[in-house]
Amino acid sequence: MSGVRVLVGTRKGAFVLTSDGKRADWDVTGPHFGGWEMYHVKGSPADPNRLYASQSTGWFGQVIQRSDDGGTTWEPVGNKFEYDGTTGTHQWYDGTPHPWEFARVWHLEPSLTDPDTVLAGVEDAALFRSTDGGHTWNELPGLRGHASGSSWQPGAGGMCLHTIIVDPSDPERIFVAISAAGVFRTDDGGESWRPVNRGLHSEGIPDDDAEVGHCVHRLAMHPSRPDVLYMQKHWDVMRSDDAGESWHEISGDLPSDFGFAIDVHAHEPETIYVVPIKSDSEHFPPDGKLRVYRSRIGGNDWEPLTKGLPQSNCYVNVLRDAMAVDSLDSCGVYFGTTGGQVYASADAGDNWAPIVRDLPAVLSVEVQTLA
Amino acid sequence: MIRVVLPAHLRTLAHVNREIELEVAGPPTQRSVIDALEARYPALHGTIRDPATQKRRAFVRFFACEDDLSHELPDAPLPDAVVSGAEPFIVIGAMAGG
Repeated sequence: MSGVRVLVGTRKGAFVLTSDGKRADWDVTGPHFGGWEMYHVKGSPADPNRLYASQSTGWFGQVIQRSDDGGTTWEPVGNKFEYDGTTGTHQWYDGTPHPWEFARVWHLEPSLTDPDTVLAGVEDAALFRSTDGGHTWNELPGLRGHASGSSWQPGAGGMCLHTIIVDPSDPERIFVAISAAGVFRTDDGGESWRPVNRGLHSEGIPDDDAEVGHCVHRLAMHPSRPDVLYMQKHWDVMRSDDAGESWHEISGDLPSDFGFAIDVHAHEPETIYVVPIKSDSEHFPPDGKLRVYRSRIGGNDWEPLTKGLPQSNCYVNVLRDAMAVDSLDSCGVYFGTTGGQVYASADAGDNWAPIVRDLPAVLSVEVQTLA
Repeated sequence: MIRVVLPAHLRTLAHVNREIELEVAGPPTQRSVIDALEARYPALHGTIRDPATQKRRAFVRFFACEDDLSHELPDAPLPDAVVSGAEPFIVIGAMAGG
């Protein structure tokens, strides 16, 4: 019988939510690592029992946890994230040079084919790779060593590499996104990188054609069309049809084009989801109504999805890594909120119900579709 | 034999009980005790000291014999009572919100 496993990272621990294919009744386990910030938990596409988790606190730093039994038991693996070579500097908020300092792992991206290979996006922005199941980590220094690296500046949440997408048709091609530097692409497995931000316009940058400096919040791709990318930027929802070479805006009739999360339907590459947030200072939904917006034509024309979601007095946020889809026949869509709810829809967003309502603030949601 | 008391989160991480005993090579100091601790419990690597700078993490404190040793130099000898095993070397998470 098919089923789903939802991996939830929160401010104070991780939770594993499981259900059968109907996605009506849920079993909840956790908190795992209670008291620790769990920025991300993700399973290996090549072995669903292999999970990786980023565990950190301001007290004791970064730990990487690994499970080989689908999240029942965990063991800490390696946490040596040492920048390669000369550390160098990036730009601080006040414009002065600031040494790169490792803070935490924001995102873990297991290989599509090898359970022991996993990429880690970290703050201060860099990309690391492990090929031994998380025991040892090595930086892919070509990214941070890009000529623009010394000019990168942190966003309000820190200078984080938060999105990693590996092209399923060409594992040498990887996209990453950094706040607030923008999108970078490699076509040689991570040796060399270049910014792919043409068409992005950010009011906080005086140069309208700036190559870097854009506060990209999240990227999404459908695996069947790796040249099509969707982006939720600080402001603006964007689309590229040429693997990031150029971008155009698809915000259309959204009530706000600010937000964090964006994702793509598992079976309909032109069906995309965002959660509009009122503004960059307010960080809650417009009008106190929690609405997922769905476009079935790849953007510009959006419909609000509200059934089962609070439509008054709702002032939560949905963070960048806190939305995911399953790949069952009727695509399931999931998202978590800073109010501790994890909502699920088993019918592509038409109807929603909370799986859990009272977790700590949700940082990330990932879904595994189980055979 | 040096007795070491760890905070709850690190005990969980290392799968140990409240107090542990460590053989320390050479004169016992903060550095040699933490070195021995990390060698015996690799899961604790980097949790007490920043792995890049080897400095004590800001929200970690070292206590012994009712004194705060946090600002002692890492190679300063530990108190005789810690060296003899009469008193433990205590690692604690500083009181801070979060």
